[in-house]
Amino acid sequence: MTRVRIDYRWVAVFAILVTFAVPWFLWGDSRVFAGLPLWLWWHIGWMGLTAVVFHLFTRTAWDRGIVGEGR
Amino acid sequence: MVSALGIQLGVVGAYLVVALAVGLLAYRLTSRDAEDYYLAGRSIGTVVLLFTTFATLLSAFTFFGGPDLAYRAGPEWILVMGVMDGVLFAILWYVVGYKQWLVGRAHGYVTLGEMLGDRFGSTRLRALVAGISLFWLFPYVMLQQMGAGEAIVGLTNGMVPYWAGAAGITVFMIAYVVIAGLRGVAWTDTLQGLFMLGVVWLAVGWVATAAGGPTALSNALATNEPEFLALGGGLYSPQFIISSAVTIAFGVAMFPQINQRFFVAKSSAVLKRSFALWPVLVVLLFVPAFILGTWAAGLGVTVPEGANVLPVLLNEYTPVWFAALVIAGAMAAMMSSSDSMLLSGSSYFTRDLYRPFVNPDASEAREAWLARIGVALFATLTFVASLFRPGTLVSVGDTAFGGFAQMALPVIVALYWAKTTRTGMFAGILGSQAFYLAHVFVPAIEVGSVTLFGATYLTWDYALWGMALSALLTVGVSAMTAAAPEENQSRFTDGLRAD
Repeated sequence: MTRVRIDYRWVAVFAILVTFAVPWFLWGDSRVFAGLPLWLWWHIGWMGLTAVVFHLFTRTAWDRGIVGEGR
Repeated sequence: MVSALGIQLGVVGAYLVVALAVGLLAYRLTSRDAEDYYLAGRSIGTVVLLFTTFATLLSAFTFFGGPDLAYRAGPEWILVMGVMDGVLFAILWYVVGYKQWLVGRAHGYVTLGEMLGDRFGSTRLRALVAGISLFWLFPYVMLQQMGAGEAIVGLTNGMVPYWAGAAGITVFMIAYVVIAGLRGVAWTDTLQGLFMLGVVWLAVGWVATAAGGPTALSNALATNEPEFLALGGGLYSPQFIISSAVTIAFGVAMFPQINQRFFVAKSSAVLKRSFALWPVLVVLLFVPAFILGTWAAGLGVTVPEGANVLPVLLNEYTPVWFAALVIAGAMAAMMSSSDSMLLSGSSYFTRDLYRPFVNPDASEAREAWLARIGVALFATLTFVASLFRPGTLVSVGDTAFGGFAQMALPVIVALYWAKTTRTGMFAGILGSQAFYLAHVFVPAIEVGSVTLFGATYLTWDYALWGMALSALLTVGVSAMTAAAPEENQSRFTDGLRAD
């Protein structure tokens, strides 16, 4: 049986991506920028960043945790 | 007014007929065997896979329920859907989806129940998974019919009754699935996904222009609904946001039509591209859709009883034909969601219940015939149930997602931990379903200072506690029991090869 490696750095990255998709530090903040709440702009930007990080994951670490190294 | 009604019904009818025509075209390219009918011969490319999954999510829950919620409680629902769909679901797309794709390709599985039943050497487990899936699919299909009925009421200002909208979509839905199969559904999903993405942005532009621009709209919101601009407050507590996002994301991964999509990709490159594009697509659709609902609240739009906010807002700020086009697009998108659900549901029924238990020697033709009868029957029953309007779109959807979410952790444990046993799987799945069902159906009771069967424990949704229970039972009972001799413990771990 091949050993499957779990990469904890990627686990941590994913955890951060999930956690800050909601800007908890702006809780109760009602500032508006260009017609939309500031917290919504954060969310939109964060989702863009998430897509970029996911792309990097598919380029460099895809198969991690799922398919064994010994192939 | 009669001419407005004529335009509305003409546009909606024409759009649905075009969607049906595409299905017919796909039908001519579909062969009769099950792998092609259900999985389009495992040959779906990136754009089509992405949009077919996307359009499947693009249901009455997101398209009408979401704006309604934003209208009533504020736009934070964008965050819930963003975390849940854009990030959590994308990660599950890898953790559950890619793994299932590899396992499915190695062993030729078509359904989740088939995969688990083979691994644990148990047709009962296979049937249980199929049965639970069909049970929770019921309210979600019903939700589409409710959404269509409410949309038609809102669009025609009540001139066409709720039941007619719900009945109309039911007929189209049945016609569609019966003739097209997954290739047809996937094709129209792609067209409809692109179409909806386009018109929803047009709608935002149109409403914004007609109402004096985004700044004027946010000022109106600050005057009429000041708490909507601040993050949180009202319905939106951190617990609500987290519970909703987590239960929906895990629930979505277990939805028959989504889960079956995990088996259909042509290559892992398709899965990779879809994975990375997912957050962007989610933002592109949900931000404008839910902002429209929020703006409607700021503009003081009043929504008649039993209607959705979106058609009412569009009727007030855009031309009749455009409002009708958006609603037609949304209804068609909901139809394709329902089609996918019914199609997957029918494969669960024929492959996991009918074949193993009733008639193992059924011919392909008989199975296909039975699947179609099943679809018609299921859709008719959900239509009847939809006439009773058991809750809001979001509450009905949420209950269904929660029910599916109870299966997610046992499945993930089974996919990654070779020591999972059949007894552990039964304990995890049955235990959490019993817990969840009790909380859905048993009324809350006070025992001392504790409320049992209420909406939350320690402010967290019961669906989340049910998920924790499912994982605990699966792991705990597996650790205490030995594998049965028929189990194939290495099925999900050995022999998996990347492309």
